[in-house]
Amino acid sequence: MLTILFDGVAYGMLLFILASGLAVTLGLMNFVNLAHGSFAMAGGYVTVVLMQRYGMGFLATLPVAFLMPALIGAVLERTLYRPLYDKSHLDQVLFSIGLVFMSVAAVDYFMGSQQQLVHVPSWLQGRFDIAGTGIGRYRSFVIGVCIVVAVLLQFVLARTRFGSQLRAAVDDQRVARGLGIEVGLLFTLTFAVGSGLAGLGGALGAEMLGLDPTFPLKFMIYFLIVVTVGGRAGLIGPFIAALLIGIVDVAGKYYVPEAGAFLIYALMIVVLLFRPQGLFAVAR
Amino acid sequence: MTAGTPSAPLPASPLPPEIVPAAPPPAPLARDVAPAEQAVRRARRWKPAEFLFWTVALVAPLVLPRSMLLMNEIAILALFALSLDLILGYAGIVSLGHAAFLGVGAYAAGLFALNVNADPLAGLLVAMLTASALGFLSSFLVLRGTDLTRLMVTLGVALLVFEAANSWRSLTGGADGLQGIAMDPVLGLFDFDLKGRTAYLYSLAVLFLLFLAARRMMGSPFGLSLRAIRDNRLRASASGVGVNGRLVVVYTLAAAYAGAAGALLAQTTQFVSLDVLEFHRSADLMLVLIIGGTGWLYGGLIGAVLFELFQDAVAAATPQYWQFWVGLLLVVFVSGGREAVHKAGAALRRKIAGLKIAGLFGGRRP
Repeated sequence: MLTILFDGVAYGMLLFILASGLAVTLGLMNFVNLAHGSFAMAGGYVTVVLMQRYGMGFLATLPVAFLMPALIGAVLERTLYRPLYDKSHLDQVLFSIGLVFMSVAAVDYFMGSQQQLVHVPSWLQGRFDIAGTGIGRYRSFVIGVCIVVAVLLQFVLARTRFGSQLRAAVDDQRVARGLGIEVGLLFTLTFAVGSGLAGLGGALGAEMLGLDPTFPLKFMIYFLIVVTVGGRAGLIGPFIAALLIGIVDVAGKYYVPEAGAFLIYALMIVVLLFRPQGLFAVAR
Repeated sequence: MTAGTPSAPLPASPLPPEIVPAAPPPAPLARDVAPAEQAVRRARRWKPAEFLFWTVALVAPLVLPRSMLLMNEIAILALFALSLDLILGYAGIVSLGHAAFLGVGAYAAGLFALNVNADPLAGLLVAMLTASALGFLSSFLVLRGTDLTRLMVTLGVALLVFEAANSWRSLTGGADGLQGIAMDPVLGLFDFDLKGRTAYLYSLAVLFLLFLAARRMMGSPFGLSLRAIRDNRLRASASGVGVNGRLVVVYTLAAAYAGAAGALLAQTTQFVSLDVLEFHRSADLMLVLIIGGTGWLYGGLIGAVLFELFQDAVAAATPQYWQFWVGLLLVVFVSGGREAVHKAGAALRRKIAGLKIAGLFGGRRP
């Protein structure tokens, strides 16, 4: 019972890291980026390639798994995403689905369609017992990393100059620009960091979630649920939503396996039905 | 406010407002139709190019007897796209889960043929009814919220239906799908043949009839009021259009159309699998509509023709990575290709009009 709760929390934390970039692009910048999972997949594959072809250690690959997607994200933001900021949500959706399809096919072409295995170092394998509850070492490691990232994110967004500039730019681009804030650069940086976090989540999650070319499609809906259910006011809503979804999903798969992902989708529809702005949104 | 309107105190008329003489009685309708009604009638008239379009569709099997299976796919996709156009192009409801209705229609038709009766028309009707029931129920979910909520909710409904079909193995056959569907002849006269001749003509006939109905409805005041809702929901409701009721009706209607497309798919391929509910069906459909243009009924049809031809050509070259090219097409189209294509289309139209071969497809949104 407690083990399930623990696994659910680990899963939820991972979802939060994966979706936190989307919480910023979709939640704050109001851009529907369905291709967010593609950046996560990129991170996962960076780790796989570095470990398998260059024999790097798991931990050493994590910074690269952050930087590569961040770089790709920055380039794409500058070239393709930027012109679409003002377009309708539908256009953004179609554009980013296009990116998803392209990334799925491209990864399939270069890496093959099989599941990729990531071997975590031996000191992260296995589990230990606390008061009769089996706790996976790797999962506790993931939870630790995610808590650090979450605290860091919240701190940057709420307490730093960068964070307040970003919030200002999101609230009113024109005025922010008039005050001398470099809105374009700010958005590029934010997008890059969001993509990088997705990549980090993809690398961390490869062991727990599995990694194959259909990753962006399989998890797209989960990221979207985290953000839309969590509300788009900040990071705390998505954080709670991610934990909630992680626990419900793991518990659901354990107790009612035949329902599959039913519970999650139903949960999302019900929440959106009664609170179209999300659970924790402040009415604007 | 128009400039130059004098802001005089209100009761400028010598008489108190209650006894201002009533406006002259409306002119008799028979002679002197109101301009709005004239516009409706004009839009309803058939253009020469429309006759041409359907004639080509009808004689195509004589010219290309070998590609009737492909043509059948085109007709079905066109009906499916027509269905999405009803809600997206006319009512402005975005949907990422339209495959739900296609899939429900396909399963309903397949199950009906396997367990009850193998008559195609009865199956078609059952599929349309089942899909429209789902459409009616889920229509209440898309009334609220923003575009983003709607995208999520439609996607969620489609995923729910997919999961249901996947888990309910005893009914749907799970991942194996429904196999061995054998259909009776259409109307008791025309057997389904291997070359797909009956299949194509059957699909084309259904497409044509449903197209006629859609054309009539979208040209009617009902269709015009849908466009008013699409363009400005608040203003539409302020001028007395019952927004929610109309959206429910058109969503249910579109679901029935998609269900019909699903039924045609099940009956002519004699097979239903989970593929009909997959997400890529909904996404491909969006691409079809983007290629053809939304908000006019021929958009879906022309888009379906181009999409299938493109798919046929690319899939023959690289069957496994076909999705890559769909993705590229989407990205290019949204990032500016669409404007270029439509501009070229407008230039072509002007040129044709200049050549005095007027006769274009009607109902195009400017």
